[in-house]
Amino acid sequence: MLEVRRLTKSFGGLKAVRDVDLDVAQGRIIGLVGPNGAGKTTCFAMIAGFLRADAGSVRFEGTEITGAPPHRTAERGMVRTFQITQPFAGLSVVRNVMVGAYLRHAARAEAEAHARAVATRLGLERYLDRPADSLTVAMRKRLELARALATGPKLLLLDEVMAGLNPAEIQEVVGLVKGIRDQGVTILMIEHVMQAVMALAETVYVLNQGAIIARGTPREIATDPAVVEAYLGHGAAQRMANA
Amino acid sequence: MLEVAELRAGYGAIEVLRGISISVGAGEIVAVLGANGVGKTTLNNTISGIIRPRGGTIRFDGADFTGLKPTRIVDAGLIHVPEGRKIFPNLAVRENLLLGGYRRGRGNRARNLERVFALFPRLRERERQAAGSLSGGEQQMLAIGRGLMAEPRLLILDEPSLGLSPLLVEEMFALIRLLCAEGTPVLLVEQNVVQSLAVAARAYVIEKGVVALAGPADELARNEALKAAYLGL
Repeated sequence: MLEVRRLTKSFGGLKAVRDVDLDVAQGRIIGLVGPNGAGKTTCFAMIAGFLRADAGSVRFEGTEITGAPPHRTAERGMVRTFQITQPFAGLSVVRNVMVGAYLRHAARAEAEAHARAVATRLGLERYLDRPADSLTVAMRKRLELARALATGPKLLLLDEVMAGLNPAEIQEVVGLVKGIRDQGVTILMIEHVMQAVMALAETVYVLNQGAIIARGTPREIATDPAVVEAYLGHGAAQRMANA
Repeated sequence: MLEVAELRAGYGAIEVLRGISISVGAGEIVAVLGANGVGKTTLNNTISGIIRPRGGTIRFDGADFTGLKPTRIVDAGLIHVPEGRKIFPNLAVRENLLLGGYRRGRGNRARNLERVFALFPRLRERERQAAGSLSGGEQQMLAIGRGLMAEPRLLILDEPSLGLSPLLVEEMFALIRLLCAEGTPVLLVEQNVVQSLAVAARAYVIEKGVVALAGPADELARNEALKAAYLGL
């Protein structure tokens, strides 16, 4: 579904992303992990068209989309979420989700009905008419997910949707993400919360200093010495091996 | 060292803290746990004077700190590293650090800067870089480093492990232990329940604006109600 080849980006003298190859097959949940500053979010930004790549290509459903702007990419069925959620603070939750819904529902009433349905599915029914800035971190993360989902994507790029959630809240969002996948949406996710990566991802790519250093199941990467050294540390690797 | 009694605070008609009592002793790491939205950050902001308390008292080192301005509270060495880092993105790493010691620790600026660079070598490498260009983990190091520049006598850390890789989370908790061992008590607000309870001496669990559960961290780690509510076990 998504084929990324030799994707490369420099900022000044710093090579932020170097020759990254990445494949996401339809119906899968794929993880992208790596140390802070490894280039994960930069990869996302290039894939979704927020940032121009210096070199390399992105193909989505067989079509070359390298360099296409985000709104075109969204039309084709690929959207991303952001690590730091920035809802339209003064607008209600429903209105925020409608911004996404308008992509495929031009009529206002239809967009609103769709937005309500999506937000409700993500457990936001109690907050639909509240201003977005009154939400807690956990509910803002769900709103971010709802806005993206309301665009009707085939492929959803999730950037750290679990950050800032406690273990019980993480379990709930893991359930939601599984539900989204089961309804036919393919998922590529950046995530540091290994509890979630273990529960969701079938294949995990590990990015370090801009380059892919490993690829495998969560269990496989947990035993890869280079990954343990650069990213997991011995504590997390141990917990993953014992899980 | 820090004693908070029956603290009340809120926003407009909403009361967030409904009479919270907690304490942090010298040489202690104390964890404050609770779901999103229960008032943990409000508690931190009230202790550091950003929000005015509506009731209750805050005592630091035996003196009454209730309702003092944040500047007076910083002067006394009660230093708060806020959630979400709140660094100055357009200033260089070094400038951010120097601002941390603007009111306090000024005389020891060079020494404190050296200490922060020794703790976080990455910050030294990026000394002249704009703070906004740092990765999330590096920004978190910078926020803590900036707090250390003020020579804290007590450090409040609000979700220091947020967005960090597993390896950095491990290093973060090791750092918290180290700071405490070197004499700085820490009030730690975290979502990372398991690791917080592993480093803390005591912990409080907040629910609906009051302390629902309190005790030695190792006892709370075995508490069935806590496991059910926060660990989803």
